[in-house]
Amino acid sequence: MYLTPVQTIIMILAIAAGTMITRILPFVLFPENKEIPVFITYLGKTLPAAMMGLLVVYCLKGISVLNAPFGIPELLSIIVIILLHKWKSNVLLSIGSGTIVYMILVQKIFV
Amino acid sequence: MQNERKKTAFKAAFIAAFPHTIPVLTGFLFLGMAYGVLMQTKGYGVLWSVLMSAAAFCGSMQFAAITLLTAAFNPLQAFLMSLMVNARHLFYGISMLEKYKGLGKIRGFLIFVLCDETFSISYNIEPPEDINRKYYYFIISFLDYLYWVSGTFLGGILGNFITVNTKGLDFVLTALFVVLFIEQWKKKENRWPGIIGIISSVTSLLIFGQGNLVIPSMIIILITLTAGRKKLCI
Repeated sequence: MYLTPVQTIIMILAIAAGTMITRILPFVLFPENKEIPVFITYLGKTLPAAMMGLLVVYCLKGISVLNAPFGIPELLSIIVIILLHKWKSNVLLSIGSGTIVYMILVQKIFV
Repeated sequence: MQNERKKTAFKAAFIAAFPHTIPVLTGFLFLGMAYGVLMQTKGYGVLWSVLMSAAAFCGSMQFAAITLLTAAFNPLQAFLMSLMVNARHLFYGISMLEKYKGLGKIRGFLIFVLCDETFSISYNIEPPEDINRKYYYFIISFLDYLYWVSGTFLGGILGNFITVNTKGLDFVLTALFVVLFIEQWKKKENRWPGIIGIISSVTSLLIFGQGNLVIPSMIIILITLTAGRKKLCI
């Protein structure tokens, strides 16, 4: 431990406070009993798909297309997920198979 | 009698909700354990890692915070960094305003534990019609929270005893987001927002690098969605 216990607790509280503000703020600004502005409703409908895109990119941000394995394991696994999901449309099956394919690729093939 | 009915409704909601959380179970146990182990190697035992997971519950920020816990004491920096790294929650909150309406006391808890994964599942996968929405959202949120805290705990006590080759297992969360992106894609009106999300974040990644990708992406997304409102209006 680098910090004292009291300092560590203060750090944890500071981090928790920062996180909580980001979680609570929208619900405080737009309380249940008041009408939500039309623009915010619009954002509420369009943001999820955009954020899902951001999360995918965020997960893949560490890939280097210039160095081996060039992001090939990720690309192949995602192709498997897309095809399987188109075919069976089963969320768990697609996620499970995609993950197993990825694990085999990074453990056995692109070592 | 009423209690009996509540129990049955809760059980039905559990059965409907639990399967959707299985990918998170896998991912969070794995990453939570990795976090517990990492904290351990920096001299922060299981008590500290579990306390952090339970109080802050913010995966990527917790990993980032390890560097802050091993440097000079600076809580203000930690607070500001936490605000920035977690700013994406603002967008989740805005998206969940409608769905979390009228859920009573449970709502506070749902807001407290709203993370990437819980948001993705709760937003994308509607509860079946005969299922109590309140219980459904609560179970998804509570289980995801439990997985993370338990994972941290296991990592903290087991340390490096785990020898199974788990390389690549964290891809389960990437896979979850990919699948839920496809689910969004099925609805035509979500396609442009989805494309905007991808292009904005790839652009930010190329310009600002992988360390600072989230905030610029959010700003570009917000500007593009605002500018395209007339065209995208749904």
